[in-house]
Amino acid sequence: MANMLKLIKNPLSKENPIAVQVLGICSALAVTTQLKPAVVMALSVTVVVVLSNVVVSLLRNTIPSRIRIIVQLVIVSLMVILVDQFLKAFVYDVSKQLSVFVGLIITNCIVMGRLEAFALANKPLPSLLDGIGNGLGYAVILIILGFIRELFGQGSLWGYKIMPESFFEAGYVNNGLMTMPAMALILVGIIIWVHRSRNEDLCEK
Amino acid sequence: MKFIKNTLDKMRPSFEKGGKLHAFHSLFDAIDTLMFVPATTTTKGCHIRDAVDNKRTMITVFIALLPALLFGMYNIGYQHYLSIGDIVAGDYCANFWNNFGYGFLKVLPLLLVSYIVGLGIEVIFAQIRGHEVSEGYFVTGLLIPMICPPDVPLWQLALAVAFAVIIGKEVFGGTGYNFLNPALVARAFLFFSYPIQMSGDTVWIAEKADAYSGATPLGEMIAGAQLPSASIMDMFVGFMPGCVGETSVIAILIGALILLLSGVASWRVMLSVFAGGAVMGLIFNAVGANDYMNMPFYYHYLIGGFMFGAVFMATDPVTAAHTNTGKYIYGFLIGIMAVLIRVVNPAYPEGMMLAILLMNVFAPLIDYYVVDANIRRRAKRAKLVNNK
Repeated sequence: MANMLKLIKNPLSKENPIAVQVLGICSALAVTTQLKPAVVMALSVTVVVVLSNVVVSLLRNTIPSRIRIIVQLVIVSLMVILVDQFLKAFVYDVSKQLSVFVGLIITNCIVMGRLEAFALANKPLPSLLDGIGNGLGYAVILIILGFIRELFGQGSLWGYKIMPESFFEAGYVNNGLMTMPAMALILVGIIIWVHRSRNEDLCEK
Repeated sequence: MKFIKNTLDKMRPSFEKGGKLHAFHSLFDAIDTLMFVPATTTTKGCHIRDAVDNKRTMITVFIALLPALLFGMYNIGYQHYLSIGDIVAGDYCANFWNNFGYGFLKVLPLLLVSYIVGLGIEVIFAQIRGHEVSEGYFVTGLLIPMICPPDVPLWQLALAVAFAVIIGKEVFGGTGYNFLNPALVARAFLFFSYPIQMSGDTVWIAEKADAYSGATPLGEMIAGAQLPSASIMDMFVGFMPGCVGETSVIAILIGALILLLSGVASWRVMLSVFAGGAVMGLIFNAVGANDYMNMPFYYHYLIGGFMFGAVFMATDPVTAAHTNTGKYIYGFLIGIMAVLIRVVNPAYPEGMMLAILLMNVFAPLIDYYVVDANIRRRAKRAKLVNNK
């Protein structure tokens, strides 16, 4: 049981897909200008990782290893299409905002990475937990980024104005750099910096 | 001097190990070594005996910056009183002390904020990492206010300084390890974060009267003017709206002279920046598709921050290319890029900042290939060519 719990807990910090493995950076920079799309994107990726992890794990003994990448791609695309249709049906505005990045989950390194590194060699239940863990690890970073960028870049959270009007009257101005991908990359760097200074064993010698 | 030395010597024991103020030893070291040559000498390994250390170099740059800073103060006052109609254009010396006093009071808060925030962060990092406070911020702290508009809000400046010192310098290991010029990082941060306070026609004159046009020569050219409205003489001496320290070509040239005579800055970089600007300007003259392209190439030296960037920013020994051939390439490309960005991209009126930052990034690559080419050339000469 403790081992099972580790599968969820490790990717949140010590094996975080973004902060430690530096995967999935592209979407982390692109969709985090606001909190809402960041959360939706994080959930979508989590669902895709979990479902494809389980399916690939179930098929792991029947997939010929020479064509395994293409089989994995087919499974992942199926999941992405499902998620995409779901988003279009229920949260159309966010789906429009995310635009191409939902489709691009197919190429998200985290998904393929988990399939290759874990699901192909493990039973369905651990694969399920591994998928949840990595999806959440990705989600944590995205939500931190979305929170900081929307709060300081636009003065709002989830679309609601948070910064009080009196701030603006006193001369406060929203930070334009926060809405640009460059600042998201710097923020990811700062997260990695803080993370490593708290976990010295992650630092390269 | 003797009094300061005695005071410092008296204070020393309480800052040494075991003293009650040991926690602030890096601050004490910084003040002590700024004033006097350190008592400790290198004990092993080979070393060069020279009176010029890092602090002395920085002070030379500081002195070289003073003419531009003092003129910048005067110009701020002049532009302000001109805009509210207290003086007539061309009456440069009327109202002399009022002009200077007004500009001094405008620039002083910028300098204070820049030094207090910047040095505060430096001291904190020095304390945590256990090394002495480095002298690098001495010049950066003066440069940052000089490349900002006079009316920049102080909290934005403080934020930019903190960003530049932490992200531009300390994360890479502090002074000497940064690959971008920290002062330009601060300016780029301000430019992209708060474009309303950093660009446009309204920010370049302190407390400008509404009716008065405050466009810089750069702004006028982008708006489609045939030539800047200021005369060549005005632009050369520096009576035009702009950043605090960038307007006066003549004051910057005095600084350049100090830097070159003392050997602190590289003449190769300076020369090739000007050459690059001229070449690109002449190419645009030959194309001549619009008024900006038709502007005579030497105007590029006079307007905006080209001069300031070429003399004080591009020559930064840490972020520039280190090999002599590399310096020519590095400087030349800065000149080309600066003029190219200015003329072709109206969203970025001041191409100099972006050009220098871009070439800062490429400087190590340039050095790598210069060194590599040298190795190949010598290997060939020694007939040691092995097909690598």
